[in-house]
Amino acid sequence: MANKQMTGAEMVVQALIDQGVDTVFGYPGGAVLPIYDEIFQQSKINHILVRHEQGATHAAEGYARSTGKPGVVLVTSGPGATNAVTGMTDALLDSIPMIVLTGQVPTFMIGNDAFQEADTVGITRPCSKHNWLVKDTDQLSDVIHQAFHVATSGRPGPVLIDIPKDVQFAKGTYTPKKEAHTKHYSPKVKGDIERITELAELMEKAERPILYTGGGVINSGDSATALLRELAKETGFPVTSTLMGLGAYPASGPQWLGMLGMHGLYEANMAMHDCDLMINIGARFDDRITGRVDAFSPHSKKAHIDIDPSSINKIIHVDVPIVGDVAHVLEDLLRIWKSRGRKTDKEGLAKWSKKIEEWRAKRCLSYKNSETIIKPQYALQRLEALTKDRKDRFITTEVGQHQMWAAQYLGFEEPNHWMTSGGLGTMGYGLPASVGVQVAHPDALVINVAGEASWLMNMQEMGTARQYNLPIKQFILNNERLGMVRQWQQLLHGNRYSHSWSEALPDFVVLAQAFGAKGIKCTDPSDLDDAIMEMIKFDGPVVFDCGVEKHENCYPMIPSGAPHNEMLMGEDTGEDAIGSSGAVMV
Amino acid sequence: MSPLKIKKGTSKHSAYDLKDPNGDYIERHTLACVVDNEAGVLARVIGLFSGRGYNIESLTVAEVDHEGHRSRITVVTTGTPAVIAQIKSQLERMVPVYRVHDLTEEGASVERELALFKVAGTGNDRIEALRLAEIFRANVVDSTLESFVFEMTGHSEKIDAFADLMRPLGLIEQARTGVAALSRGKE
Ligand SMILES: Cc1ncc(C[n+]2csc(CCOP(=O)(O)OP(=O)(O)O)c2C)c(N)n1
Ligand SMILES: [Mg+2]
Repeated sequence: MANKQMTGAEMVVQALIDQGVDTVFGYPGGAVLPIYDEIFQQSKINHILVRHEQGATHAAEGYARSTGKPGVVLVTSGPGATNAVTGMTDALLDSIPMIVLTGQVPTFMIGNDAFQEADTVGITRPCSKHNWLVKDTDQLSDVIHQAFHVATSGRPGPVLIDIPKDVQFAKGTYTPKKEAHTKHYSPKVKGDIERITELAELMEKAERPILYTGGGVINSGDSATALLRELAKETGFPVTSTLMGLGAYPASGPQWLGMLGMHGLYEANMAMHDCDLMINIGARFDDRITGRVDAFSPHSKKAHIDIDPSSINKIIHVDVPIVGDVAHVLEDLLRIWKSRGRKTDKEGLAKWSKKIEEWRAKRCLSYKNSETIIKPQYALQRLEALTKDRKDRFITTEVGQHQMWAAQYLGFEEPNHWMTSGGLGTMGYGLPASVGVQVAHPDALVINVAGEASWLMNMQEMGTARQYNLPIKQFILNNERLGMVRQWQQLLHGNRYSHSWSEALPDFVVLAQAFGAKGIKCTDPSDLDDAIMEMIKFDGPVVFDCGVEKHENCYPMIPSGAPHNEMLMGEDTGEDAIGSSGAVMV
Repeated sequence: MSPLKIKKGTSKHSAYDLKDPNGDYIERHTLACVVDNEAGVLARVIGLFSGRGYNIESLTVAEVDHEGHRSRITVVTTGTPAVIAQIKSQLERMVPVYRVHDLTEEGASVERELALFKVAGTGNDRIEALRLAEIFRANVVDSTLESFVFEMTGHSEKIDAFADLMRPLGLIEQARTGVAALSRGKE
């Protein structure tokens, strides 16, 4: 079928099929009607009708992160495109491959303030990895293939193709995938061998090493995860991870320190602070991770493996920069380190792990439980206990305290099973993301750990769940507060809770029923297990309203601008504890 | 749980670390980017500078390879060494950017700017303007009985110096192209 003539709309569908796309999340409108007409007349691509274009983008993110394939979004011009902006920005910050197709007013009307015209490529330029306005049908299929290439190679990210309606109607020549112009964008994947050797030398001498891993390991694919696990096993080095990297190293693994960063575990942050060799693998020294930059891990040599050269030396100066894909670099690193005799400083490592055990003994995640009120931590511990044996468990989250508790109290054994909005921190991400995950894994147990306020931001997607019989579980930790905001106001703004109360909340059980879903409410710790089991067993979408302690704070916490070794712990929260040394730092 | 007793203003902290980690000393670099001359490419490059808070002192752009649709964007920018390094790698990772040359770092280079000056006046001022123009090797490209338009190419500082001299002599308007630059030698 070489270089067939077809309409632009036909090309879109053909190019998606050629790219192996099976699912598109979208919402129709005037400027994409020709494409929708083509979608109607085929059966290879499954179109999921969302309820809001932002929902489409987050669903595509959930789909992408849980499958490793790019997510595809189709929306109309003007408001359709502007509604997609938040999800694109989210995907940009978390490096999620996503292709957004937008309709545009006909080329001859562009610039006339036509009905539903927006400067879509202008608006999305800073929130996409790249974007295109296609004015010629002959170029459309070539651009779509380029777009998939750009979205998925190097550091993944969202791309957008704006397609005017006349370009969709006109006929042109189809460029097959193989003939598309993709060569000029080819990021380097192999790391510099000299640098990798330098790192191997440092590993041999390190007394207090740490592997600091991030979302890049997961983006790099299954072989990267396997190689990371091998590296950890072979060297015995402890492993911590950012929010985005959870699951790359198993939570049950012997060297697992837990998540690091602002709400990371005490042992992980202390180890980052005191280490003498930090090996950053696919993470980016985000400000939620580093705390005070000039006090960040002051005694360590730092190596940084990243496919994006602009991530290296951006925030933290490193001694051994390695530009390359995680899997490629780890493969070389392991080979070189083994060929040099698999040396490590056994004595140093033994002392280091003793030190780590001391930090661990602090049991930083302990909290005061209650017999009458459900503590959010307890709710998550029970959720974990009752679901962790399910290999097909996928967790999404909204943004806030519940998100951090989920990261702390749930354990991830495999990559691609945890989807959360890290870089942008987008409330409203979790429900549509769970829709996308469930579409990709129809039989899996997909749970969105939510806060009541975040959940309301995209709750319309319950309609999508109902329409496609997606049995997503919405586990809402309802504290009737914008909990994370309230926590900051308590700690930093003298308890002045300015607009951080969720007032006039809906009855979530009735709301669930209105959407044709099951509603469960639970407020008593002794009912919790049964209620969770009822949620899991129900074959269909569930909204679980879990009434929890309203003023619980999320600890440990590194206040911004503080170094890693000055964490606030749960027990510091009494009135007296804060008066002494901690007061300066809060 | 009891509330924490923290007085207003006792905290230095916010949701963000407000201190600028970049040190003091500022360098000036001339960067030449070879880009695909596709729609929006200039907006993309400029947007990077404004979006990330980098400086642009001067900017020139034109297609230099009509067949290959390549343009050359020359940017003069300032920043700490770390910021300059960031600018380069941020530019390099853009999809339509082929190459970024740091002409300041890559050895000797020639930098030129073209400027036009309209100077109005009569009598001694007019004679003095013409005399200075000769010294600076500026050409007269338009003249009336009461005005000249001078054309001049050279290093930006030379153009600045000429502009300063013309100001008291009746400089009423000037147009400058911004810097174009190439490395010296055959590479
Ligand atoms: C779209 C958006 N708006 C505002 C914020 C700021 N913000 C961060 S957490 C939070 C409160 C979230 O409340 P809830 O979803 O109930 O979660 P909780 O912290 O109570 O667990 C807010 C308002 C945000 N992250 N995203
Ligand atoms: Mg809440």
